[in-house]
Amino acid sequence: MTLLSVANVGKAYRAYRSEWQRMARWFYIPVKASQEHWVLKHVSFNIAAGEAIGIVGQNGAGKSTLLKMITGTLQPTEGKVQVNGRIAAILELGMGFNAELTGRQNVYHAAGLMGFNTQQIDGVIDDIEAFAEIGEYFDQAVRTYSSGMQMRVAFSVATAFRPEILIIDEALSVGDSYFQHKSFGRIKEFQRAGTTLLIVSHDRGAIQALCNRAILLDGGTVIKDGAPEEIMDYYNAIIAQKENATVEVQTLADGTVQTRSGSGKASIDSVALYNTEGTPVEYVSVGEDVCLNIKVKVNAPLPELVVGYVIKDRLGQDVFGTNTHHLQCARKDLSEGELLSYQFRFPANLGVGSYSVAVALHASDVHVVDNYEWRDLALVFNVVNVSQSTFVGLAWIPPTVECK
Amino acid sequence: MFGMIRGVWDYRGFILTSIKNEFIARFARSKLGGLWMIIHPLAQVAIYALILSNVLGARLPGIENKYAYALYLIAGILAWNLFAEIVGRCLTVFIEQGNLMKKMRFPRIALPVIVVGSCLLNNLLLFVAVLVIFAVLGHSPNVQMFWLIPLTLAVVSLAVGIGLVLGVLNVFLRDIGQVVPIILQVWFWFTPIVYSVNIVPDYLKDTLDVNPMFAIVSAYHNVLVYKVSPDLQQVGVTFIIAVGLMLLGLFLFRRASAEMVDSL
Repeated sequence: MTLLSVANVGKAYRAYRSEWQRMARWFYIPVKASQEHWVLKHVSFNIAAGEAIGIVGQNGAGKSTLLKMITGTLQPTEGKVQVNGRIAAILELGMGFNAELTGRQNVYHAAGLMGFNTQQIDGVIDDIEAFAEIGEYFDQAVRTYSSGMQMRVAFSVATAFRPEILIIDEALSVGDSYFQHKSFGRIKEFQRAGTTLLIVSHDRGAIQALCNRAILLDGGTVIKDGAPEEIMDYYNAIIAQKENATVEVQTLADGTVQTRSGSGKASIDSVALYNTEGTPVEYVSVGEDVCLNIKVKVNAPLPELVVGYVIKDRLGQDVFGTNTHHLQCARKDLSEGELLSYQFRFPANLGVGSYSVAVALHASDVHVVDNYEWRDLALVFNVVNVSQSTFVGLAWIPPTVECK
Repeated sequence: MFGMIRGVWDYRGFILTSIKNEFIARFARSKLGGLWMIIHPLAQVAIYALILSNVLGARLPGIENKYAYALYLIAGILAWNLFAEIVGRCLTVFIEQGNLMKKMRFPRIALPVIVVGSCLLNNLLLFVAVLVIFAVLGHSPNVQMFWLIPLTLAVVSLAVGIGLVLGVLNVFLRDIGQVVPIILQVWFWFTPIVYSVNIVPDYLKDTLDVNPMFAIVSAYHNVLVYKVSPDLQQVGVTFIIAVGLMLLGLFLFRRASAEMVDSL
């Protein structure tokens, strides 16, 4: 069932030579706008019940405008947004809070704003109080709250009733880390119960942990719609892209999508994983000492070269990453044609599963500045457990145990 | 139109708590709180009464009470205060609540409804205070006062009509927000509230009829001061103008509400 359908939606902000001309339009007098500024155009997608969708894009890509139109506070200039079910939107926490009123009074007010009547709120007020966990402050004026406490109450009200569609705009980082875990838990719980999530975030981890699909907006249009890892890789590539650099997307033999980008001033020649005997391996046992070998070719004179890599799990979440800047091995003033070979040695203290390695060549300590080459899925390897006792999780942290 | 009524009905709980919260918030950290809403107009009455009663006191025919001028002033202020408060707050309500309108979906007509409810509550309190003052000044309540119910309705319709039109336009043309308070000041002095209608020169009397507030203020005078029924024909005309303005206001609001959020 389609829960939400966005069909060819566009939004234009119009300016008129005079505001009187704008007003004339209300009386059905046809007046042409002197200026039309389209912030979104031809956006179409459908969302089925139970999906979790991340919307990503740079600032000004039109994410918030799109969410506002889905929420219904903004009207699309063209196209249609059709929603079947109740939407709860956390576009800004603490909307409509009055600082002089108590948390409890504000809860009634805010929930009323969401369209609930007093009896319905009476039914959940205890849950809200319990979830916010701000103790006796709940009955004190909101002006005495810290901003974190205010966020706790606001989040608790906003998610007091399970909606069919939950829209979250950069609101996942609510309060302290304890409450972040708690709010994350509630969102996951909603998801299990069948709520469709629509999340705008720049936090790759949040998108990949919660979403099963992502939509990339750029310049007001959908430029990619697909699996979160693929979209996030592409998005990172766009961010890292310099003027004359290219973004190249390639489908590998196993169906996964690899994204390469960069100016090409230096290129990744080969990436391989070796065991202690010096033979290339695809399967690594837990705790085994391995060596990641990255060969780099310098294609133009470079003032600085930093090589970085990230090991990711099968969901694309970062497990470990570092670069030669942090390892105090950045190379300076390289000339064209040089061939460099890097050996990163480490024990594979990883849990059982499939891992990928992304490699980046750049200047300075972050890959977005002067990106020479960025390559996702440069290498895939598997960790198997042959010699250790059984354990679960991503990391191999062998304990000793004592019992007295 | 029915959508708006449905919206208001669905959000009745929210509207009521908003009015209540506004009232409670006024008492927060203020000893007299909501009483200030009564004290302000009464202070205004006291100032005019002190300064002008000697000038005008003798010119009020038909009542023997020696505080006649004060009663006259109070009655007029009761009507004007409701009118000016609703117009003034409708004028800025959309701009003040702009962020809310951008971030939350709710029937936006609830915003002016909250304004009206809150102003009516203030006016009711002021009316109770007026009754007390009248009693102290030796002017007893009378049956004609029931006319105040339809009269209040007329003031509210007129004020909402004007307030909605100006409030919507103010979002796009902020000059309106600056000029309206000045116009209200002028309008106040062009309405016989502080002075009596019989000191107006004859050649200007006809122009008074153009002023819809004249009919309402006169009706308040008739009911509260002279204890007679209001001039129904005069009030009726004002009421028709008020309903017309209110329909215009609602029409503008409906047509502009989508663009309003774009401009806020």
